[in-house]
Amino acid sequence: MFNYGYFSFDSKESLMQKAAEYWNPGKVSFWTEAGTPMVIDRREGYFLYDMSGKRLIDLHLNGGTYNFGHRHPELVEVLKSGLDYFDMGNHWFPSVARAAFAEQLVKTAPHTRYAIFGAGGAEAVEIALKTARYATKRKKIVSIIKGYHGHSGLSVATGDERFSKIFLADKPDEFVQVPFNDADALEDVLKGGDVAAFIIETIPATYGFPLPDDGYLKTCQDLCHKYGAKFISDEVQTGLMRTGVMWGWQGYGLKPDIFVCGKGLGGGIYPISACLVTEECGQWLIEDGAAHISTAGGSELGCLVGHHVMEMLQRPEVISNVQFVAEYFAQSMKEMMARHSDIFVGVRQRGVVLGLEFDHPEGAVAVSRALYENGVWAIFSSLDKRVLQFKPGVVLDVDTCQEIMDRFDAAMPRARQLLKSGRRAA
Amino acid sequence: MSEHQTFDTPRLAVPDRALSRARMKVGRAAWAARYYKSFSREAVMAIAEAMAKAGHDRAAEFADLAVSETGYGVVEHKALKNRLCTHELLDHYRDLDLVTPRVDTERKIIELPKPAGVIFALAPATNPVATVYYKAMLAVLSRNAIVISPHPAAKKVSAQAARHLAEAAEAAGAPAGLIQCVEEPSIPLVQDIMASDRINVIIATGGTAMVRAAYSSGNPALGVGPGNAVAYVDPSASVDAAARCLVESKSFDNSVLCTNESVVVTLDGNRSNLERALRSAGAHLCNETDTDKLRQYLFGGEGFTLEAIGKSAQWIAERAGIRVSPSTKILVPVVVTPGQDDLLFREKLCPVLTLTAAVDFEQAVTFAKHTTRRGAGHSAAFHGDDSDRLVAFSQDMPVYRVVVNAPCSQGAAGFATHLPPTFTIGTGFAGRSSVGENVGPQHLVHWTRIAYAKDLPADLAGVDLSHVSSDRPKMAVPAPTAPEPAGDVSRDELRRLILEELRSLKGDV
Repeated sequence: MFNYGYFSFDSKESLMQKAAEYWNPGKVSFWTEAGTPMVIDRREGYFLYDMSGKRLIDLHLNGGTYNFGHRHPELVEVLKSGLDYFDMGNHWFPSVARAAFAEQLVKTAPHTRYAIFGAGGAEAVEIALKTARYATKRKKIVSIIKGYHGHSGLSVATGDERFSKIFLADKPDEFVQVPFNDADALEDVLKGGDVAAFIIETIPATYGFPLPDDGYLKTCQDLCHKYGAKFISDEVQTGLMRTGVMWGWQGYGLKPDIFVCGKGLGGGIYPISACLVTEECGQWLIEDGAAHISTAGGSELGCLVGHHVMEMLQRPEVISNVQFVAEYFAQSMKEMMARHSDIFVGVRQRGVVLGLEFDHPEGAVAVSRALYENGVWAIFSSLDKRVLQFKPGVVLDVDTCQEIMDRFDAAMPRARQLLKSGRRAA
Repeated sequence: MSEHQTFDTPRLAVPDRALSRARMKVGRAAWAARYYKSFSREAVMAIAEAMAKAGHDRAAEFADLAVSETGYGVVEHKALKNRLCTHELLDHYRDLDLVTPRVDTERKIIELPKPAGVIFALAPATNPVATVYYKAMLAVLSRNAIVISPHPAAKKVSAQAARHLAEAAEAAGAPAGLIQCVEEPSIPLVQDIMASDRINVIIATGGTAMVRAAYSSGNPALGVGPGNAVAYVDPSASVDAAARCLVESKSFDNSVLCTNESVVVTLDGNRSNLERALRSAGAHLCNETDTDKLRQYLFGGEGFTLEAIGKSAQWIAERAGIRVSPSTKILVPVVVTPGQDDLLFREKLCPVLTLTAAVDFEQAVTFAKHTTRRGAGHSAAFHGDDSDRLVAFSQDMPVYRVVVNAPCSQGAAGFATHLPPTFTIGTGFAGRSSVGENVGPQHLVHWTRIAYAKDLPADLAGVDLSHVSSDRPKMAVPAPTAPEPAGDVSRDELRRLILEELRSLKGDV
């Protein structure tokens, strides 16, 4: 019996049935068939507990949402104390939490001027694209093939057609896609002189974290400026210290006109996202401050939590810990790859953002399952299933890191077995 | 002022950032320890040397800062103590190898050193910098990481000193985070970290409550309690030499070392001799009125008057309303008959030494024994040449150090004797502690003993121990880019591994 006070379920099976019946049959059957039928029950630190009681170490973090782990006690305390004073607030008015948080964010990126808040990453992308259109008076948006920026109207149109066509939301005349790591292709489009912005994740997550070639991003930024377009960095997965610096673009010597962050900004306990813009791009905030509004965007509770997240991320202890975790996995994955080089063929890494390449078109699906069976949760990249997204948190401790690698090693034979049967089936 | 405070009181509760940061420091220390535990002896000694030099360079500056921050002690004496914890401490332990495996071919035992991991150390306000120096040095010599929580009254200078040593250590190749200090210490913070399962051992130097808390934390602890040292001056002693030792010891850093003498006891016939000698060594001998005034000042409130800790004799005399000559180094109240009830027989971390006289040696020992129970397991001093009495005294006293013909402050702490130099005096079972010696780096390492069968031949010399520690520090600068693809693992080796794993799959899920 799973009695939660407000509702109860007899068993995990009965929950799965209800979830399929009333919530999302596609997702329920997908995870069941994938061999990772997780229903997250308790959660604490970097550990998840399935309804069955099975414990999993979380290396998915829902894209960095749980950068500090689940229900970090300090963040929970902040939110609780916030609830004694604030609520979501009224987006129409200036507020202490929003002003303080906006100032704090802008100080981390001094070339920007304003922070505009949303409730989720897609909304922040939406704001970014609208801002670029306002600033350039142009309509066309360029993104990369296999890029991913969310599922709302404008953002979904920048991404893979898997998510847009189904809703007839693809707009090929306004949204153009170019191959990743191909600056010439971008320039060909920019030459038309009608491009408002080029948007790119600093390291494309859903594409499996392929690393940008040396100078690629800088060239893209320069090209944008050459042709009067805005350069937008999507920092939803690469921001917040995950690449070893606060914002991924800092590590590549960029100064994006607009950048977007979300996920971990709310500490995994209150949704909030932000779009930071330069003074030039932000002129619409002067012309018509209510041109973009959002009831849940920039909720005061979210601002309070976000403010504390930013403070925590700038502590020397956290910065040092990120370096230790990054270095540990760089070293350990090298050793692991040497031990399992028949299937494990590559590591893409920057900070605590890792993509692990497996030598099979669906290699990461099998590895994800094998890891799940061995108590580790890491997800494959939706748009490149060869690559496992491996996303350790910024305050992971040494013992858990060691345990992850021990479990990883133990999972490899099972992954090999799954791949073998998969090959036979194919 | 209070109005302003009300006005400025935050409208929201704010989490204890200092506590959260302290927990993060422990996490960071565990990372540092992970790498540092396999450093070679050469690398360890290079780091220790760099710390000793750095610590020595700023010993006087930190002594000055410590006295101005805490108001305790004497700058020159603190500078001396700080320096003692640099090159001299290192020299003392230079030949104690806690890194290299030990091979005993006779007994057929190999011993592998296993450092504790993360040390959580408390440092008192009375010896802040010396304790930071000393504990950091012990940690480094034993290949442990350390997080120091200083006394709140000395937090600034302690953090500064720790940071200085940490920078020197890191510049010499130590992992980042090996030496850290809590910037904003508090009792809840100390309690939380002491009870954390992320630390491996506590070194607690401080008040009884803190030391007991360390032992109650559930973590291994090296806790040492307070002292209440008694010096016995036998008629066989040269009273002038004894008096010089006593005055030197009591005036050293205004008596803030817990090894300082609290009471001196001699025999009736020797008392006036000793009084004269103390006077010529710089002591002010109190008459009955002065003694009463001093008792009233030091113990008139609830317990010991804290403001007197580490203050000079003149300062205390003035507060107590006693007129003394400007050259007075220590105050000596006189309690004619030994007994347990006089408050002046209790611990006094200030240059006040209570003099009393017993009718005979037996009474002196009985008195000394009972007095010492208030600081059991600590130290005592014996002045004289009668070795029978020395042994009898030492046998009866519930202490683990008896300093002979030397100042007890410096002697028991290993600076005027050949005892190991320390700022953590093990008070042993008598003092409800796990360690009775002067704490050193050897207490922070345990050894895995590989023991071969007695009766079977074993070739210990042929055992390769070269992988136990690395020749050079392992730490590399974290590379944000991807590592190189796997090197050339031999094909055969790979095949063997794969086959092995495939075999193990049979019967697997």
